[in-house]
Amino acid sequence: MKEVQDQIRSCTVNMIRIKCPYCGERDHSEFAYGGDASIKYPALDASKDEWTKAIFFRENIRGFQKETWHHLNGCRMWLEVERCTLTHEIKSVKPCHPELQKIMASSK
Amino acid sequence: MKSKRLDNYGKINREKIFSFSWDNKNYYGFDGDSLASALLANNIQIVGRSFKYHRPRGIMSCGVEESGGLVTVGSHDRKDPNVRATTQELYQGLVATGQNAFPNVNFDLGEVNNYLSRFFAAGFYYKTFMGIPPFEWGSGTSIWMLFEKIIRKAAGMGKLSRLPDPDNYEHANDFCDILIVGSGPSGIAAAKEAADKKLDVILVEQDSILGGDQIAETDFDFKSARDELKNLGVRIMNRTTAFGLYDNCVLGLLERITDHVGEKNENLPRQRFWTIRAKHIIVGSGALERHVSFNNNDIPGVMTVNASKHYLNRYGVLTGQDIVITTNNDSVYQTAQLLFQAGAKVTVLDSRKEVNLEENISDGIQIRFGSVPYNIKGSRRINSLEIADASHSPYKNIDTINCDQVLISGGWSPAIHLLSHRGVRASWNAENLCFLPGDTKENITMVGSARGIWNKDDCIKSGIAGTLDAMNKMGLPKTNYFFPKEGGWKNSIKPLYEVKYNKSRSKSFVDYQHDVTADDVRLAHREGFISVEHLKRYTTLGMANDQGKMGNIIGLSLMAELLNKEIPEVGTTVFRPPYTPISIGALAGRNVGKHFRPLRVTPMHQWNLDNGAIMIEAGLYQRPWYFPKKNETLSEAYIRETTIVRQSVGMCDVTSLGKIAIQGPDATEFINRLYTNPFAKLPINKTRYGIMLRDDGIVMDDGTSWRLSENEYLMTTSTAQAGKVMSWLEELLQVRWTDLKVNVTSISEQWAAAAVSGPKSREVIQKCVEDPSLIENEKLPFMGFISTNLKGGIPCRIVRISFSGELGYEVYIVSDYANTMANLLWEEIQKFDGCLYGLEALGALRVEKGHVTGAELDGRVTIEDAGLEKMASTKKSYIGSAMRKRGILDSEDREQLVGFFPVNKNETFDAGTIVCEKNNIKGFGIGRITSVTHSPELGHWIGIGFVKGGKAKWENTTLIGSDPVRNKQMELQVVSPHMIDPEGTRMHA
Repeated sequence: MKEVQDQIRSCTVNMIRIKCPYCGERDHSEFAYGGDASIKYPALDASKDEWTKAIFFRENIRGFQKETWHHLNGCRMWLEVERCTLTHEIKSVKPCHPELQKIMASSK
Repeated sequence: MKSKRLDNYGKINREKIFSFSWDNKNYYGFDGDSLASALLANNIQIVGRSFKYHRPRGIMSCGVEESGGLVTVGSHDRKDPNVRATTQELYQGLVATGQNAFPNVNFDLGEVNNYLSRFFAAGFYYKTFMGIPPFEWGSGTSIWMLFEKIIRKAAGMGKLSRLPDPDNYEHANDFCDILIVGSGPSGIAAAKEAADKKLDVILVEQDSILGGDQIAETDFDFKSARDELKNLGVRIMNRTTAFGLYDNCVLGLLERITDHVGEKNENLPRQRFWTIRAKHIIVGSGALERHVSFNNNDIPGVMTVNASKHYLNRYGVLTGQDIVITTNNDSVYQTAQLLFQAGAKVTVLDSRKEVNLEENISDGIQIRFGSVPYNIKGSRRINSLEIADASHSPYKNIDTINCDQVLISGGWSPAIHLLSHRGVRASWNAENLCFLPGDTKENITMVGSARGIWNKDDCIKSGIAGTLDAMNKMGLPKTNYFFPKEGGWKNSIKPLYEVKYNKSRSKSFVDYQHDVTADDVRLAHREGFISVEHLKRYTTLGMANDQGKMGNIIGLSLMAELLNKEIPEVGTTVFRPPYTPISIGALAGRNVGKHFRPLRVTPMHQWNLDNGAIMIEAGLYQRPWYFPKKNETLSEAYIRETTIVRQSVGMCDVTSLGKIAIQGPDATEFINRLYTNPFAKLPINKTRYGIMLRDDGIVMDDGTSWRLSENEYLMTTSTAQAGKVMSWLEELLQVRWTDLKVNVTSISEQWAAAAVSGPKSREVIQKCVEDPSLIENEKLPFMGFISTNLKGGIPCRIVRISFSGELGYEVYIVSDYANTMANLLWEEIQKFDGCLYGLEALGALRVEKGHVTGAELDGRVTIEDAGLEKMASTKKSYIGSAMRKRGILDSEDREQLVGFFPVNKNETFDAGTIVCEKNNIKGFGIGRITSVTHSPELGHWIGIGFVKGGKAKWENTTLIGSDPVRNKQMELQVVSPHMIDPEGTRMHA
């Protein structure tokens, strides 16, 4: 709890703008929120229970969470954004696709 | 009381005379006047009637906190109610009227409410509209509702024109290093310091001229102040209110562009809504003077002390002749001296026993220490003021002073609203009797009297410190700085919130705008509404358009006293945006009318119009609705179009369908995982109808996919879901199935498409292509696909699919050739006496066939519900396959797709009709009708929809269609949804 409050107090960068790794810093109105990026979707032939868990059960995180955003009115890439649910502070933005992550990392 | 214009005072431009109208009479004022100052200069004292009691009200302040002078400005469609006369600049030809009064503010029949006031105390609505106590008699009956309407009408403010807004508004964005709110001493000092340091500065001022409180100082020249700042490179935005402070130093501003000019320039927006991103925000929003609650403290002639100073030195208006100033602090003495010098008789009542005065006070000013205002005598104007001894409790009248004006100062409240928008709680300062801004780690700095500094020199110092603070937080080289201590009066302020009247039925107002009295606060306390949030909602204290700028602290102090607590323990409500009211038009900006959302047209749009189409919106698209001949109505046209398609041939623009190119070595695997039905073995040059589910097993969309080559498909989606399906495919490939080598591209705009349907469609297509033999039934069977050329060598793709149930083709062509294709097809169609058909006929044709669209696939329907269970493969896994049979999605009791006929074939029904059992017509019934049409082939009205148990259960039972919205009821027969040619012989022909 205290850690979270410290986060709020030290917060200087907020949401509203997302640094797309392809397009640069853009207004959040160009993006569409996807969902929880930490979900590992089961195989298509997995059981009903596994799918139920993946689709309906969500942590209600107070603090940083990984989420997907779609740069809908931009490059149309799906991005993994680490965002604080209290302050909108964004810690990191990277492509969702692991191969693209590698390419982006090596080009830095 | 008499207020008048003085010759040698003020900063108005007397060269420029404006005539204006107030309540249908003409008056004169000057350039630089506010409406309020012009009214006072013409000695107009009663400018409004109060909210509940219809008491006469006059001008009470000179700024945004105004509670008396709420007027209606403009006429006809530019009528703007609840405008604060104090902030409305005067212009030539301004038309203003009083409001909440009949026939006018001087003589108002509504004043009867004042005499019935004991019935209208706090909580009146809550108690009364529940019915007559104790058993809430009458509650909910029509006569009671009528009574409620009449009562609600008696209270209120101005009335809207109810006409469309004729003005334009726009949105704009900007950014800067430091944004400074307020151009008082601290704001100007901060701006100069920042500009000196070569920072990009925006200075925002809600007033038309710069200076804030300094405007009322004779030696302050607002023009040279402006010029100096401009020369330093400061960007000045006057007539602009910072109404809200948001995340990440984003500030919302409202710039008023034509509200102060009479002749509206049609090329200019009325107001501009700014979103500004600053690296740092300095708030020098000043402080607001409070009043004191005592009996009849709302009679015209009551005003805050500082306002009177502004009227004198800014507008050259002396607001009274015989003035009593009542105070509990030092801020009034300079004003007393000024008013006395201007020729008024001045008496000062200071609630404090001993005061050591700094200013040279003329002997002519009578000062009575230790006395407080007790009661104003007079109803339409002030006749005299009864005073009480400050130390006596309970208070009682000890003397009466004849006067025509009572100026009040009950202390000052810093305008901490913007910081409050950020969720920063204010802290109570017992020394200065005000809430001071709390600490924040965000890049926001409060300066000047907004942080509780009263002394002008200290305000300037705090402004400079504010800029240095901003620079430190922005990471620029560190400088040492300090903020002066808050306060700055020589003698300390003494608490004075209410002078309690010792007779019953007192009218000691706390919140003028909503007629909330001190007794209302006590009533709320007696009835248990003691939390500030409850107090606010029960009494409506602070809920009027000034949002408690004047009365909140008095209300809090009264509640604190009743609870035997201190003000900080009682707390304060949170201020939320906007600081002052914003017109809805400014929020909407340009997004109105046709610009409300983007407009999409097909490449055949003009062609359709030229051929007589009436258009309808389908999603964002404009699509042909019907093609009337001569004076045909919609139903005549679509019935004719439907009939011709079934008998001969018709053509329809279907470009708006979503089209997605799916390419890559894993394209087949990808598409096979998406659709419920098998696609793995779809041959090249074949197309297949497919259904997609969501993860949770509900139907998402349907469409066709054509296999163009080994690794290439073209997928069509419904018009409405095109965007969503595209995003979904991208998500699957980028997030979930990252090992698949597939690329998806939206090609919806690149291809135009026309559906050609009807028994003669093959002959039409054959006439239009270079090689007619390719269109033979054997070469291009049902669900077949070819790439070929139209006449003239235009490459096209022809797919043999049918939404209408007839022999049919869809011809796809590069968008640039859409008109060529349309002309080619239309010329041949006419030879068969064919027609063009629109969305209405398209709907009729598909309802007859029982084909589902978005009306049926509404996000609640499973593949079984839609009667398409044969499309769900049992041999493969696909999106939604694990979940589509879960729990209630698999229940026996689900609604299933059926067709409906009226039992009486002359009857009609509408989409949305609720389907019920005969003796149980209520609630949600057992089903619903989703799509309806007249069927020319069957000769009567038909519909499709859903019913629990489906056709098998109700085939032989008459059901009832209940349409309470249109007050209709009809008998229904349940039939198969496939009402015409269920075997599909026509489309296979």
